[in-house]
Amino acid sequence: MTTTATELLTVRDLRVDFAGARGRGTVTAVRGVDLTLRRGETLGIVGESGSGKSVTALSVLGLLPGTAAVHGSVTLDGRELIGLPPGELTRIRGRRIAMVFQDPLSAFTPVYRIGDQIAEAVRAHQKTDKTAARRRAAELLDLVGIPDPQRALDSFPHEFSGGMRQRAMIAMAVANEPDILLADEPTTALDVTIQAQVLDVLRTAQRETGAALVLVSHDLGVIAQMADRVAVMYAGRVVETAPVDELFGAPRHPYTLGLIGAVPRLDRDGGPLVPIPGNPPALVDLPPGCPFAPRCPLAGDDCRTAEPPLTGSDGHQAACLRADRLAAERPAPADVYPVPPLPPAARPVDRSRLPQVLRVTGLAKTFPVLKGTVVKRKVGEVYAVDGVHLDIRRGETLGLVGESGSGKSTTLFEILGLTAPEAGRIELLGQDTAALSREAVHRLRAQLQIVFQDPMASLDPRLPIGDIIAEPLQAQRAPRERIAALIPELLTKVGLEPAHAARYPHEFSGGQRQRVSIARALAVSPQLLVLDEPVSALDVSIQAGVLNLLQELKATLDLSYLFVSHDLSVIRHLADRVSVMYLGRTVEQGPVAEVFTTARHPYTRALLSAVPLPDPAAERGRTRILLPGDPPSPTSRPVGCAFRTRCPLYATLGGEQRSRCEQQAPALDTAAEHGAACHWGGE
Amino acid sequence: MAGDAPRSRGRLVLARLLASPGVVIGGGIVVLLFLLAFVGPYLTHWKYTDIDYTALRQPPSAQHWFGTAGLGQDVYAQTLRGLQKSLIIGLLVALLSTCLAGLVGACAGYFGGWTDRLLIFFVDLMLVFPSFLIITIVSPRLKNSGWLAFVVLLAAFNWMITARVVRSMTISLKEREFVRAARFMGVRPLRIIWRHILPNCASYLIVDATIAVGAAVMNETMLSYFGFGVQPPDVSLGTLIADGTDSAPTYPWMFYFAAGLLVLFVLAVNLVGDGLRDALDPTAAAGRRPSRRTLRALRRRAAATAAVGSRGTPPALDAEGTA
Amino acid sequence: MLRYLAKRLAYYVVLLVVSVFLAYALASSALNPRAYFEAKQPRPAAAAVDRQLTDLGINSHTPITVRFGHWAGNLVVHGDLGRSIHDTSVNAEFGRRLVVSLRLLVLGSLLGMLLGVAVGAWGAVRQYRISDRVLTVVSFVLLSTPVFLLALFLKNGAIAVNQASGHQLINFTGYETPGLSGGLGAHLADWAVHLLLPTLSLALLGLATYSRYQRGTMLDVLGSDYLRTAEAKGLSRRRALVRHGLRTAVIPMSTLFAYNFLGVFTGATFTEIIFGWHGMGEWFITSIYENDTNSVVAVTLFTAVTVLLSGLLADTLHAALDPRVRA
Repeated sequence: MTTTATELLTVRDLRVDFAGARGRGTVTAVRGVDLTLRRGETLGIVGESGSGKSVTALSVLGLLPGTAAVHGSVTLDGRELIGLPPGELTRIRGRRIAMVFQDPLSAFTPVYRIGDQIAEAVRAHQKTDKTAARRRAAELLDLVGIPDPQRALDSFPHEFSGGMRQRAMIAMAVANEPDILLADEPTTALDVTIQAQVLDVLRTAQRETGAALVLVSHDLGVIAQMADRVAVMYAGRVVETAPVDELFGAPRHPYTLGLIGAVPRLDRDGGPLVPIPGNPPALVDLPPGCPFAPRCPLAGDDCRTAEPPLTGSDGHQAACLRADRLAAERPAPADVYPVPPLPPAARPVDRSRLPQVLRVTGLAKTFPVLKGTVVKRKVGEVYAVDGVHLDIRRGETLGLVGESGSGKSTTLFEILGLTAPEAGRIELLGQDTAALSREAVHRLRAQLQIVFQDPMASLDPRLPIGDIIAEPLQAQRAPRERIAALIPELLTKVGLEPAHAARYPHEFSGGQRQRVSIARALAVSPQLLVLDEPVSALDVSIQAGVLNLLQELKATLDLSYLFVSHDLSVIRHLADRVSVMYLGRTVEQGPVAEVFTTARHPYTRALLSAVPLPDPAAERGRTRILLPGDPPSPTSRPVGCAFRTRCPLYATLGGEQRSRCEQQAPALDTAAEHGAACHWGGE
Repeated sequence: MAGDAPRSRGRLVLARLLASPGVVIGGGIVVLLFLLAFVGPYLTHWKYTDIDYTALRQPPSAQHWFGTAGLGQDVYAQTLRGLQKSLIIGLLVALLSTCLAGLVGACAGYFGGWTDRLLIFFVDLMLVFPSFLIITIVSPRLKNSGWLAFVVLLAAFNWMITARVVRSMTISLKEREFVRAARFMGVRPLRIIWRHILPNCASYLIVDATIAVGAAVMNETMLSYFGFGVQPPDVSLGTLIADGTDSAPTYPWMFYFAAGLLVLFVLAVNLVGDGLRDALDPTAAAGRRPSRRTLRALRRRAAATAAVGSRGTPPALDAEGTA
Repeated sequence: MLRYLAKRLAYYVVLLVVSVFLAYALASSALNPRAYFEAKQPRPAAAAVDRQLTDLGINSHTPITVRFGHWAGNLVVHGDLGRSIHDTSVNAEFGRRLVVSLRLLVLGSLLGMLLGVAVGAWGAVRQYRISDRVLTVVSFVLLSTPVFLLALFLKNGAIAVNQASGHQLINFTGYETPGLSGGLGAHLADWAVHLLLPTLSLALLGLATYSRYQRGTMLDVLGSDYLRTAEAKGLSRRRALVRHGLRTAVIPMSTLFAYNFLGVFTGATFTEIIFGWHGMGEWFITSIYENDTNSVVAVTLFTAVTVLLSGLLADTLHAALDPRVRA
């Protein structure tokens, strides 16, 4: 083939086996992966958890743990890497192929300074002295946009924010100008505005070094924004690979199609998502045939006999017997997958006539900052929440949006605590929490229930789920017979079977566990359900089903939701109204459609523009507002507007207007339908 | 509500236990030692108080299986009696101290504030207080109240570190979402401790109690050896070892049977504890680690394929050449 | 900063005062120095015994609080620990014993710690190989042997070696040969021979404990992301293991050091008795036998102070090793 000259890295029939624990079978995490990477291009590898995408990336560098056995071939410029002696591999790692890991906190050795760790990478491959390596490290930090690189050299990893750490990680990866950058979920642990910065840095790094980039991600939006070509992985194999526009425009594998339909989108209204039924298979002793067949609406008997090979022409390949049909018909996801009908929610015109469920005004909460081990002492205060306003009416969903550190969780716990807040006022169902007796608090708890983010952590692993669901009922002293009668009913309501009551949480998949959490919350028939990032721990295909369930329950039970999420697409999909938080303050609130189309606060605008769309064509046409730096530390209480240090609008203002931002804190008009805490909002 | 699932969880733990050689061997030894201690005495007609004036310091024989001591006591009967006492003391001490540690630790961690400060001061005090030395002062004065008082004393100075660990486990459990969920649902504190906190510390407590049995037996023998523990005419492994020490070089049977059984028992208990940790604690990495045989097989397979793959690589195109 | 340090020291002082008072009260009520004097031949008059007891500050007819106040006052004002039952200075005995004990404690625990860390880390890297298994079994056997038994085994072993060779090759009684002539070299060699067995029995125990913990922390580190990063940037496995792995894996050991001190001291008590060292531990036991209240309390005070100091030392060490907790 003529293309071999540009082929930098080829992976052929890669298999990775992990030896099982005692008494358990071998897990084959990667089952015959073929990939080709050309010079300078960006290859996106997308897949859900357990699809083998990270293992593939790690096996290229031989970085898998000792329990893994790697077969097949990985060649770099025609040289075989698998089975290379450790010494040879060491010379390739970091110099020809460098890696950016997912979690930048655990990826740096905690006890060494950032500068020393980068200089170490330089000196591992270049014969330079310490001062030169340090100088180079400072240059690299400057390249990735870390302010004051000289000072940053002497910082420890824990002193950096997540975004800064990931920048430093990229700096370390490009230290020796590698030919290939492997980035394994490089932005998964980051907030969306920081993600936008880091993706930008990755592009810069790629431009400066001319390296090819392999970007592993579960986020279709990130892939659509960054990749030239995409490989979709499922159950340890590549099931489809194509240039990015082709893949999103005309997918030939039903799994790809389903994924695209399952993602809620920022630029579209609600309506049911397309859930992919079932769960990914366990990679132990797979039955013959296509591993996706059990979940595939197009599967026939021919799919269950042998696994289809990855075939196709003009660079678009798919491992599916129905690929030609999909290529010819180009169906929409909803044409292929069954979509549950959602009962339409009755939307009255005037919300002020609806009964109030929750009203929070001017909420504040501070925490002491402790320091030191030899001598523990209080060195200051964190203003975690400093002016939060919320308003939820019967049957409404309020989406609470904010990045990490914005005080979302603190706000929730203050509300759930049902005690008098430090400052401000919380009213639940018209009752001021500051004036409640212990008995009244206990009764009110039945009206307010919570679903947590991590369905594994929020269910006691040692109780069968029947007991877990019964817990709030027991706490409310419900009679035993009623509890016994309610449990099967609740399980059915959330799409599980009554027979499941005797099973333990670990026997369920993530999506099912989240359904158990919802059943538990519904047990005492609350009026308000607090949903704390309820789907962010779930894979896209599973998430869609849970979101559909939540919409259905709300419509049938006339519930109100306080839906907390960092994912704006999910909020857009589910919420009626949205409230945006920054640095412990509510900066904008209003009806979801209005806020998402005509945001009034510069922060909201930046936030919205940072969310990548799972649509490469739309991505290219967008202008992106990049916020500089990180949010300031909440340990000091700013005078004036808290956002002005990063505000793109402030940067364009004249001196007189600026001084207003600096001196006067903008107030939020809580009475208005749509309000923003900005002096220049709506202009 | 006890369907398949609880059984299968139990079976899982059992399977993991049986797959661990430490638990199987250690558990086997413990069972055998218990049999020996409680059934063994009926196999000989000698009582531990009996004295055979015709056999002084005799080596093991058909008549006296473990030989005889300086006054003509049957070492076999004495050793088994000592083993009995040591085993019972060890078990009781471990049980008592673990219960106390669980209770104090969970309460201090869960309630926090002044409860925590007071309990932790108490724990710190007990830690600073040279406990072992205090036992040596007090225990000879408890002669009349017998060995049960000795058990209480040993337990009273053996729970502090466990309590501290349980406390810090509780503090992190308290922030776990399922405990938060229970709290926000209005479940009362003591019920949360009983239903959520303690069961989730259970694997640690079980393992710790197992190891505490070994530690208690060691402490008991050590104190008894110096005359601060079990008092004559009662015997324990410690008093037997003390009596046999001087004779060890010349009359080894008077020393090594008791010493050997002691080490064997503690070793077996420690092995069981280690195996339990692997089997009960799903987060303990060791439990998930694959056996060496599978690993070796996998590596061999990988090496074979790698060798085939690299043979076709032209040497000129290696990393050095192109860089 | 100073205020908080003062706060912590104040907490320590409170702990110390309460625990020493409790120890004093316990020792005073449990020990019976009167019996010691009454057992003298010829039996002294009751009044004489009473006077002697009062002089020593251990007369049971004086209320405990008064006795403690007197004792503590002397300690604070003059640094005086009182007089022993033989009417000798407790301070002098304290100084003598301290030197003997520290020689054993410091060497034994340091050696145990260093070897334990090395062996543990090595075992973790070689997990499931024969060498790791052998080390695991050996450390389990050592952990299952009470320290007095370990000392006895060593002693019996030394007797056997001496008998076999026909010479006193290994000396296991006392900490020096009395009246040894010769230069500094001979003295040092003599010390070393005497130190061998007691140090070994303490060090072996430390080795077993520390190596198990170190193996555990090292295994955790072996699966860590940063070790993978170190390898990904092109460090050799060995360099990554030592520079990034071991360096981080020793951090938790500093906490163990504090908790372990009491165990070491207890162990040392029995080691001293078995090997005939006249150290703090041996003093404590003989004082109990002799109903020597003041000496008993002096040793109690010593251990309490040392436990607190080692706690402070462990925290300082932790902060020095780990920048994340540095103030």
